[in-house]
Amino acid sequence: MANRREFIRISSLGLGGMALAGGSLSLVKGSEVIESLFQSQLSDRQRQRVPTYCEICFWKCAGWVYFNEDGKIKKIEGNDNDLNCNGRLCPRGTGGVGMYYDPDRLKTPLIRTEERGRQTFREASWDEALSYIAEKMQKIAREHGPECVALFTHGSGGKYFGDLLKATGSTNIAAPSFAQCRGPREVAFIYTFGESIDSPENTDIRDTRCLVLIGSHIGENMHNGQVQEMSDAIDRGATIITVDPRYSTAASKSKYWLPIKPATDIALLLAWIHVIIFEELYDRDYVERYTVGFEQLKEHVRNKTPEWAYGITTIKPHIIRETAREMGNASPAVIVHPGRHVTWYGDDTQRSRSIAILNALLGSWGRRGGFYRNANYELPSFPHPEFPEPKRTWREAFPGKYNLATTVLANGVCDATIPSADRSCNFKGWIVCGTNLIETLPNQKNTIEAIQNLELLAVIDTMPMEITGWADVVLPECTYLERYDSIRTGQARLPQIALRMPASEPLYDSKPSWWIAKELAKKLGLQAYFDYDTIEDLLDWQLRQIGSSLEEMQRIGVKTFERDADDLYFADGEAIEFNTSSGKIELYSPDFEAEGFDPLPNYTPHEEPPEGFYRLNYGRGPAHTFSRTANNANLTDIMEENSLWVNPKVASQWGIRNDQYVWLRNQDDITSKFPIKVRVTERIRWDSVYMVHGFGHDQKRLTRCYGKGASDTELISRVLVDPIMGGTGMRGNFVTFVLEDPAAIAADT
Amino acid sequence: MRYAMAVDTRKCVGCSDCVVACQTENNVPIGYCRDWVVEVVDGTFPQLEIEIRSERCNHCENAPCVRCCPTGASHYSDGGTVLVNSRKCIGCGACIASCPYDARYPHPDGYPDKCTFCLTNRVQKGLKPACVAVCPTKCLYFGDLEDPNSDVSRVLKVRKWKTLIPEAGTKPHLYFLI
Ligand code: SF4
Ligand code: SF4
Ligand code: SF4
Repeated sequence: MANRREFIRISSLGLGGMALAGGSLSLVKGSEVIESLFQSQLSDRQRQRVPTYCEICFWKCAGWVYFNEDGKIKKIEGNDNDLNCNGRLCPRGTGGVGMYYDPDRLKTPLIRTEERGRQTFREASWDEALSYIAEKMQKIAREHGPECVALFTHGSGGKYFGDLLKATGSTNIAAPSFAQCRGPREVAFIYTFGESIDSPENTDIRDTRCLVLIGSHIGENMHNGQVQEMSDAIDRGATIITVDPRYSTAASKSKYWLPIKPATDIALLLAWIHVIIFEELYDRDYVERYTVGFEQLKEHVRNKTPEWAYGITTIKPHIIRETAREMGNASPAVIVHPGRHVTWYGDDTQRSRSIAILNALLGSWGRRGGFYRNANYELPSFPHPEFPEPKRTWREAFPGKYNLATTVLANGVCDATIPSADRSCNFKGWIVCGTNLIETLPNQKNTIEAIQNLELLAVIDTMPMEITGWADVVLPECTYLERYDSIRTGQARLPQIALRMPASEPLYDSKPSWWIAKELAKKLGLQAYFDYDTIEDLLDWQLRQIGSSLEEMQRIGVKTFERDADDLYFADGEAIEFNTSSGKIELYSPDFEAEGFDPLPNYTPHEEPPEGFYRLNYGRGPAHTFSRTANNANLTDIMEENSLWVNPKVASQWGIRNDQYVWLRNQDDITSKFPIKVRVTERIRWDSVYMVHGFGHDQKRLTRCYGKGASDTELISRVLVDPIMGGTGMRGNFVTFVLEDPAAIAADT
Repeated sequence: MRYAMAVDTRKCVGCSDCVVACQTENNVPIGYCRDWVVEVVDGTFPQLEIEIRSERCNHCENAPCVRCCPTGASHYSDGGTVLVNSRKCIGCGACIASCPYDARYPHPDGYPDKCTFCLTNRVQKGLKPACVAVCPTKCLYFGDLEDPNSDVSRVLKVRKWKTLIPEAGTKPHLYFLI
């Protein structure tokens, strides 16, 4: 492309928008409908409460928004009847008000333009911005085919853009939550139990007797229901076993902490399987009734003794045996937790398979205190013309590869955007909704190179995240507190639905995603796919199909139904057909074998950090969701920057003091843009360092979080791709300390 | 009646939800807090322990902040809660200096502010304090110590507990289950 995209720091643009919670309505075309409707509702409800479900993370807890005397949003509390939160939001959900009140929000549509040789954004009307996107989409469709436009999405708003994309003839709808997060686990469980785990996880933690966490840091990740149930399990005296190179909060609540050498988990899992089989701790009846491949598995792990694993994992053999016996004793009320963000080392599907197999041996799948059977609830979709059959899909960019991936690979779309000789066509347009790809996809250089090859990058977000700086068009979405969205459906112990409705009119000139998608559809001549006047009509229609109504849901927020049958757990001796090739739980996977992958998991050693380097581990802090919350005043109050955990021995070797700021340089000679504060702590091994993900923002318009802490993503330049499903393993990066400002050093020389 | 709170340090994960909920419930300005979380790490790798405590005003029975207040702005209220009447306060700051727990902060509007156990806005309406109601791990217990069936009485009966700086003689009523 002749005109390379420059990263634009969104500066004072858009400050002239509406005053915060001001009374005047935005007069942009097409917006009257939402606002007038909202007005009529608010007057009755102003002093009461309005139902919502939280959008700060994917747990989607249902809650109530309360108001001050002056009708402005005061606070959000959990809905007591909600199964995801039981009336208690997590700190991020409670702090959701900070997202609404954030003065740095995107306020008006922006279009990239050139002024005196410098690229910049200019404010635009919705009409103009949407026309711009529609024209580019049509041009790409004409010249390359509609499937050359891809959507990246995270969160509720993406649904409407997904429908829009499908209407154009593209099914390339990617969510980083697959290949950058939980994909390996989903594929592993599908090829073992015939079912993926999905969200929220069906782990029966509240009734478990033994919870095994492999790098899963519940309590630092605030996956609300899981945190609540782990606390119940602690109350009831359950044994917790935590495997983590770091003494996590969960480790501190555990009977056993196994400070494993990073990247050796599969060896530990195989040794556990060995002990459970050879000490006959497994659930014999369950294994005989429901599984295939036991004998092959037994042979496979014959030599995988705790002594063998000790040399690899540094976990003492007697501890491996003791913990295996704890699991065996608790069986079937035991959970070897599948984790959530599991894209670590590139053999993650196989690690997740080991976890699935262990659960199968312990008979925990479908059992009380193990994994319950989900109740799912779906709503009928609003009638629309059939979506056209796509001519091509993303898979054609990767012939013969990642056949077991169940959904579009976000990184795959990114890679296939960069022209290459062996591809006939590349992606030309991206629509990015609610995901800051710069901080989400590993290997930033690659992401930016892909972006340079785009003819269209349209970003829909509430905040000026880094990705907006690369966009051609930026569309300000209103926050979840200012909009309707699809009814929350999904999986839980009981079928349940939840409503989100606006608690305020959209501030500034921001709009809900459903409206943006619908208006864009009009410009593309695809309005037939969005054949309702307002989202209220759509929701009310859907709710009436199931005997409820929008009016009822506005009053109650969540509605719970009965399960079809009393089948939360398998009944004794119940005949079960699993959705696998054999109809049984597959300990040995013929499907993996057919694809050329190990039918039983193997441990393979991973590269270790060179002298003076440390493995970079990253995780979550309870007050933040990725980079999405980094600028939220209520949450920066709790955690303003991340810190780098360093073992005291390492710190003293380097002469690094607690609270000292250091820069990090990785194996590919990439140095962090910003320094990070060192936390010298015994809570971490000497071979790795740790930081919370989502900091180190370099978009100046994010005034609270600009330059605070360091970004792990910028240091994750080496990606260990999982050959089975294309996941991007991100824990194979090594960093060393740079004690003096690299910019100053560069200036000197 | 004697209000008290117990914090289960074995369940608390230090998420600070209690802090954020207090902030939005009680209009605590950004940058300040009435409750906060303390994490104490003990030991060397790999023999470690962490105690996590959600802390706030102890609503002391023998409160130095009340004793030293020259105007009676700091006072005992229902159930022994210690409150501040901002209208009587002259902003001398004596109470802030006298509190051994550092539980008070100077509100930008010119008076000391601190935890009220959400007495008037929630407890007297039959609700639990905001922090107790929100805590995802349900590790906070609140109630009347004189009522043997209250949440707090029941948990103190069956669990080991401690208070902070008991030697200061303030008779604190924030209990930490250990
Ligand atoms: S877990 Fe927290 S951030 Fe996620 S949806 Fe629930 S309240 Fe919101
Ligand atoms: S909300 Fe509960 S778990 Fe979280 S820090 Fe406060 S007391 Fe601890
Ligand atoms: S903790 Fe401090 S502020 Fe609270 S009553 Fe005791 S002395 Fe007063």
